[in-house]
Amino acid sequence: MSDDSKKSPQADKSASKSDKSASTPEPSYLTAKRGLMSWLVTIDHKRIGLMYLTATMFFFLVAGLLAITLRTELFTGQQDFMSAATYNKVFTLHGAIMVFLFIIPSVPAAMGNFVLPLMLGAKDVAFPKLNLLSFYIYCIAAVMLILTLVLGSLDTGWTFYTPYSKTTGSAVIMATMGAFVAGFSSILTGINFVVTTHKMRAPGMTWNRMPLMVWALYATALIQVMATPVLAITLFLLVIERTLSIGIFDPAMGGDPVLYQHFFWFYSHPAVYIMILPGFGIISELITVHSRKHIFGYRAIAMSSVAIAVISFVVWGHHMFVSGQSELAGIVFSFLTFVVAVPTAIKVFSWVATLYGGSIRYTTPMWYALVFLWTFTIGGLTGVYLGTLSIDVHLHDTYFVVAHFHYVMVGGTVVAFLGGLFHWWPKMFGRMYNETLGKLSAILVFIGFNATFMTQFFLGHQGMPRRYYAYLPEYEALHQVSTIGSWILAAGLFLVLFTLVQAIKSGERASSNPWNAISLEWQTASPPIEHNFHTTPTVTGSPYDFPEIDKSGKH
Amino acid sequence: MSTKASEHEERPWFLAHHFDTVGQQMSSAKLGMWLFACTEVLMFSGLFLAYFILRQLYPEMVLTASEELNKTAGGFNTIVLLTSSFTMALGVRAAQTNNNKALERNLLITIGCAIAFMVVKYFEYTAKIEHGLLPGAWYSALEHGYMLPKYSRVFYGVYFTMTGLHGVHVLVGIGVLSWIYIRARRREFSSENYVAVENVGIYWHIVDLVWIFLFPLLYLVK
Repeated sequence: MSDDSKKSPQADKSASKSDKSASTPEPSYLTAKRGLMSWLVTIDHKRIGLMYLTATMFFFLVAGLLAITLRTELFTGQQDFMSAATYNKVFTLHGAIMVFLFIIPSVPAAMGNFVLPLMLGAKDVAFPKLNLLSFYIYCIAAVMLILTLVLGSLDTGWTFYTPYSKTTGSAVIMATMGAFVAGFSSILTGINFVVTTHKMRAPGMTWNRMPLMVWALYATALIQVMATPVLAITLFLLVIERTLSIGIFDPAMGGDPVLYQHFFWFYSHPAVYIMILPGFGIISELITVHSRKHIFGYRAIAMSSVAIAVISFVVWGHHMFVSGQSELAGIVFSFLTFVVAVPTAIKVFSWVATLYGGSIRYTTPMWYALVFLWTFTIGGLTGVYLGTLSIDVHLHDTYFVVAHFHYVMVGGTVVAFLGGLFHWWPKMFGRMYNETLGKLSAILVFIGFNATFMTQFFLGHQGMPRRYYAYLPEYEALHQVSTIGSWILAAGLFLVLFTLVQAIKSGERASSNPWNAISLEWQTASPPIEHNFHTTPTVTGSPYDFPEIDKSGKH
Repeated sequence: MSTKASEHEERPWFLAHHFDTVGQQMSSAKLGMWLFACTEVLMFSGLFLAYFILRQLYPEMVLTASEELNKTAGGFNTIVLLTSSFTMALGVRAAQTNNNKALERNLLITIGCAIAFMVVKYFEYTAKIEHGLLPGAWYSALEHGYMLPKYSRVFYGVYFTMTGLHGVHVLVGIGVLSWIYIRARRREFSSENYVAVENVGIYWHIVDLVWIFLFPLLYLVK
């Protein structure tokens, strides 16, 4: 390993140090301090990352089980075991938990917290105490969202559209306050990551030597800082509307319910890029490291992350093509929505070009990266369909929309997240997972996911509306395929959980750099020591100059 | 390179473990604060947008309803906040030049202004509540003999939401200013270590700035 790190242009001076650590092993961050309190009051970004990871995985499990319940109810066209009202509550909770408690914090706050300072060669994030605070704010938000169950539940969908959200059950206040509080957690993480990227880079780590994961996390953090405050004020106004009935969103009092949709999507469309951009970052790392080839179009991928972040702020109107906004606005938003496809396609083409001529290693992370290329591309392209004004009028509020965003959120973010977990698991816990089980999980996830959601494109195109607990008999066959697919997907996800837990318990010890990667997180021990590096590393080159490539004279 | 040299030097007591230099720590804290300031502006911008939409929908109503706000109290509060921003700036300067006495004095004046602002706001709110000029469900101005146009309750809803949220920020400001004052009394700040004072100053200027926009938009509608 020390051979590789000597060659690593990302960590010039660490070779002699890693020899030293071999003779006098310093305890890792997992064992440096012991006891429950050492975790609860830790300001170590790696431990906070793991706490976030545990919490987000728990909510992924909860919301996933809700999804399985929904799909099982939909196995037949009639009512099986859920009433219409229960169904509404369950899909609302599924959406709200998945969005606010799992997918938004999953990659940035859980995985990003762990890898960002390591990749930059820093000892910690810029504001470690703020980082811990953000975790506890997240926990409070989680408790508030769970409390809605006790308070008689919530049936508005995760978007809380007015005027319905003003008149339905009282849990709306608790739920919106929960999302409001979760937003603060997200803002604090965003501020922390932007400052960390600007100020905590190791000597020699210029912007163009940062790993692409860092670029993606940086672009994500910018959106978190810029968009979340608008969500905060929107939800605040909704709470005021319900408690004081001020009338801004209430047509009976002279207000405008569509204004709520404008406010909400001004945050929530950028928010879908909060969800997917870190996934892009993970895929950039996985594809280049596991195909042993320098990433194709480094700057193009880095800049396209920032471009997506910027464009994401001017496309919110495509959620409201049929909500009564002006035709001109519809046309402009439709065009701007197409523009997002350009930087996104630049990324996909660059990843494929990286694979071309590379020495691909079919490890589990690579399998997940390949699954991502398939599913995300479908998700992205169907987004262009829905961004087309005339087509959206037909497909709006059908299963086509459901399938589209699940292809992006699950087929994109979750698949990238799983690949990232397998990729960084050896670094997080110092243990290797079982490759066979890992690959089997990737196959199950791929088959299960496509069976579940590919069918929903057809259902939506045939006119099956979303959010219904019962449906006409002609939709039954496709619904049953979808439900069976969801069970396969669940089996795949449980296999992931099993494989990862088994790795911690009885996996082989991982070397400090099992993938022979160049970026800095692999140049320290596995699991890393408490302060990440013995001495601050000095960076002299790209994170993707693998020893195998460019033997005959570099550019 | 510079990082290695600094590891052998004496680390000042206020330098956190994960930073290499005081400069790095200070510029990080300042960048963080400016980003936070951006989030504050963006949050209020949502309310301003709601205000402008209301005004565009019902210009006559906003004009008439706004007449009932107390321009003298609002104007007095504007002067109070501008003064407090000036003393805050003097306080930051005092911290940068090791003038601890002036820092404490200016912080006290700033806190005093903030409290004065809230006292005036209390009397304004009390008058509005007595006359039923209240948001939505509690609006009862017509019973109190006012001749206000339809939908006036929405204007008072916006008024209370905007000034209320701003008032919460003033209260938080009193809290953080007091915290800085206590630290100043302990002689924690110097020309080497004043970023906390400066950051609270940035926060206070933002709170002031929001009021500078709220006052003409709500009180001085023409």
